[in-house]
Amino acid sequence: MVGIVDYGVGNLFSLASSIRAVGQEAFVSHDPRLLSQADRLILPGVGAFQDAAEKLRASGLDSFVCAQAAAGKPLLGICLGMQLLFQESQEYGCHKGLGLIPGQVVSMEGRIPPELKIPHMGWNRLEVRRGRLLKAVDGEYVYFVHSYYAQGCGDSLAAVADYGIPITAAVEQGNVFGCQFHPEKSGQVGLSILKTFCEC
Amino acid sequence: MITKRIIPCLDVRNGRVVKGTNFQGLQDVSSPVELGEFYSRNGADELVFYDITASAEGRRLFTNVLKEVASQIFIPLTVGGGINTLEDFDRVLKCGADKVSVNSGAIRDPGLVAAAARVYGDQCVVLSVDVKRVDGQFRVFAKGGREDTGMEAIAWIRKCVRSGAGEVVLNSIDTDGVRGGFDLPMLEAVSNAVDVPVIASGGAGCEADFVRLFQTLPKVDAGLAASIFHFGQVQIPHLKQTLKDNGILVRL
Repeated sequence: MVGIVDYGVGNLFSLASSIRAVGQEAFVSHDPRLLSQADRLILPGVGAFQDAAEKLRASGLDSFVCAQAAAGKPLLGICLGMQLLFQESQEYGCHKGLGLIPGQVVSMEGRIPPELKIPHMGWNRLEVRRGRLLKAVDGEYVYFVHSYYAQGCGDSLAAVADYGIPITAAVEQGNVFGCQFHPEKSGQVGLSILKTFCEC
Repeated sequence: MITKRIIPCLDVRNGRVVKGTNFQGLQDVSSPVELGEFYSRNGADELVFYDITASAEGRRLFTNVLKEVASQIFIPLTVGGGINTLEDFDRVLKCGADKVSVNSGAIRDPGLVAAAARVYGDQCVVLSVDVKRVDGQFRVFAKGGREDTGMEAIAWIRKCVRSGAGEVVLNSIDTDGVRGGFDLPMLEAVSNAVDVPVIASGGAGCEADFVRLFQTLPKVDAGLAASIFHFGQVQIPHLKQTLKDNGILVRL
């Protein structure tokens, strides 16, 4: 049973559908009592970092998610949900994240070759470095939409994608996983990643 | 690096796909769900669902269909047709659309693109524009290409991108339906004018048209077509292999 953490950003309909498509039960909730009964949690996210981090904090779900991760429950952050796992983001100022993964989230602007467009949007190829989540999908294409990326992840770095520079595509540290791309929008490859998460 | 995208467009009226198809192995070729699944299994990088319904009842059917599509198809979905207000954005995004394409609605309400980009983010707002040459000028047409707005296309597109449109679908009325290839001069002018992804639409008749598109205009990000895919003249897996053989980066 997968609990999808609803803290008021974005539509979680297709994410829940994608979990069901791999034969697992999924529910969307903002209630820690319900979410604590899930075997594993997904932290989704779209939009701006500051807004999302504030909503997560205001709902009290930030400390809940950290406590669940510390207790060993598998946690998967997707897109902005992955960025929230980090210590901080420099998106419009400097904002604190959950601090579950070392590193910071920075803008692509000035760091990627100027001829490349921002956001990094579309299908890009995974170069898998390590970890359990992506071991079967090295070299496969997945779908990205983002303008900021994580750096300084150290040993947590699980995969990159080439966008002029190696862009952090996934991180993994023990029971905490993060995908910058959208597995729920990445066709069969994405579904197989979600299935692996459900078995982690 | 990011691949070039191949995007089939499905016109939906009263919850059914318009235009026949000749796919083998499909029970019901006018079911948006079944056809969408077929395309997503067969190499489509994204799907566009275009609601051409006029009635409220048809719109309700479209919304139901969209929910079903979004619960069963796991590639990006863009939805267009009848998008005139923020409530329309909200309605289709709640049903599982990832991006919303706005055309005549942006012409009628010049503030719509900016308002939608503020609420949902630039990446969510797709400007779709129908363009035709009039007196040596690229002119924006409204109402499905029937009405000349008098606006110059490049200036209009630039303005919308500045307001927050994250992507542009350029449909050339001059080449649409002719199947003689994409409108390369028009696409070149637009892709040089903006730095968001440009999707070519109108005129594709065969695989070579896509090869020429991406080889001549490397700045163009995607090719969109409808009937050549629906009628099976071009099979997407074969098209992508051909693109790859010609040195164009695609997801196989």
